[in-house]
Amino acid sequence: MRFSGLRVLKEGLTGNKGWTPHWRNPEPKAEYDVIIIGGGGHGLATAHYLASVHGITNVAVLEKGYLGGGNVGRNTTIVRANYGLPGNSEFYSHSLKLWEGLEEDLNYNVMHSQRGIINLFNSDGSRDAAARRGNQMASQGDDAQLLDTAALRKMLPYLDFDQTRFPIYGGLYHPRGGTARHDAVAWGFARAADQRGVDLIQQCEVTGIDVVDGVVKGVQTTRGPIRAKKIGITAAGRSSEVAAMAGMRLPIESHVLQAFVTEGLKPMIDTVITYEAGHFYISQSDKGGLVFGGSLDLYSSYASRGNLPMAEHVIESACTLMPAITKAKVLRSWGGIMDMSADGSPIIDKTHVDGLYVNCGWCYGGFKATPGSGHVFAHLMATDYPHPVATKHRLDRFRTGVGIMDEEASGSQHNLH
Amino acid sequence: MRLPCPICGERDIREFYYQGADVALNRPAPDAGDDAWQDYVYLRDNQPGEHRDLWQHESGCGSWIVVSRNTVTHEVSGAKLAKEIKRTKA
Repeated sequence: MRFSGLRVLKEGLTGNKGWTPHWRNPEPKAEYDVIIIGGGGHGLATAHYLASVHGITNVAVLEKGYLGGGNVGRNTTIVRANYGLPGNSEFYSHSLKLWEGLEEDLNYNVMHSQRGIINLFNSDGSRDAAARRGNQMASQGDDAQLLDTAALRKMLPYLDFDQTRFPIYGGLYHPRGGTARHDAVAWGFARAADQRGVDLIQQCEVTGIDVVDGVVKGVQTTRGPIRAKKIGITAAGRSSEVAAMAGMRLPIESHVLQAFVTEGLKPMIDTVITYEAGHFYISQSDKGGLVFGGSLDLYSSYASRGNLPMAEHVIESACTLMPAITKAKVLRSWGGIMDMSADGSPIIDKTHVDGLYVNCGWCYGGFKATPGSGHVFAHLMATDYPHPVATKHRLDRFRTGVGIMDEEASGSQHNLH
Repeated sequence: MRLPCPICGERDIREFYYQGADVALNRPAPDAGDDAWQDYVYLRDNQPGEHRDLWQHESGCGSWIVVSRNTVTHEVSGAKLAKEIKRTKA
């Protein structure tokens, strides 16, 4: 079933009786060419591109919960390409271009909205850093403009520019950045993969990975053993747990990141704002809720919920930056499990086991990478060679020390990226 | 979350700085080789459940402590001074 304006009109006039489920709910087969462990954004995107780009359709995505129930359903929906280092720069640029054609590709409304992102800076030093970052983005072919306070006051009149603690000096504007509807991204990839014959198997937890003589043979699951020639791990915060089933230790620590949303308000913030000095960012959803967040809680956690100190810190930052927000009521908060890599950059690579591939280490920036991650991971799994924009995301960079991509120069401490 | 500092008693988590897993106590020899150093600097077990990690009581006595806690429930079961653990190899 294809979606179109005409179809919406027709269904609207005939009682909406013609809509069918977005995907099948198949029983697992005994064997597949490819198994993807993890039915979140990256896993579903990988399955979609395996099928659509490489013609590999005998694929199963195994999900222990429900599709899109992990970080793709728990993030703050920001899409951007404002990275600085070679490796990350071309990768996120690639991913943003995929976003720009995603709705046509998937025949699905993911509500991708290029409403722009403004990174505020609050000192001469951070202005220099923003100018440098903007130049890096521009030299990658993406867009960036340095704004002074006069321009910012027109765009964001509700900010407290002259606050004594961190007065606002200006902002780096990334017009092609924005947001997308997170659940729709998962559903769109799931539906597109399913339509090409990929089996999406929910309530199916992988409990073991079968390896014989260094070659992967299949997985053990709560719904029985399944054989496969190739297996990809896209398990985000649970990556270390899955990789351990194949005897691997990853350069990953799992941490909790909280996010918050207020009750629905009238339109106020028509862009995404980040506030460097306060470690804070905010946007407004299409339903009207202000969606915001800050830093990790900073201790390793698998709890999917945080503690009060970081909630307090984030809300203090919000009140400092835009005092009007003190009138809003927080509707809910939640936490996601972040796969924090040792250098803050992702890993998309083969492993020491033939046929086993790993895609992890997205830290708290995995959502914007969803199409790019799936696209390059599918390329790696189908061809056994890295995609040209993902040649530097190697697993062995930590052993050799060559090609460490530490975007924020914070060293090898997992929680500082 | 509150942590039981062996010197100061139970204190708010805001007084502590988090370093990471307690592997930091087992620094390899300078010539131990790439694999040993990769293990120490980068690789982590990172399994859910019982976990030991290194914190500093930054806004208190300044001690480095090893905290035992559960990463799924956030339950804290105890803390010892890192220097005691180092001395007794506990």
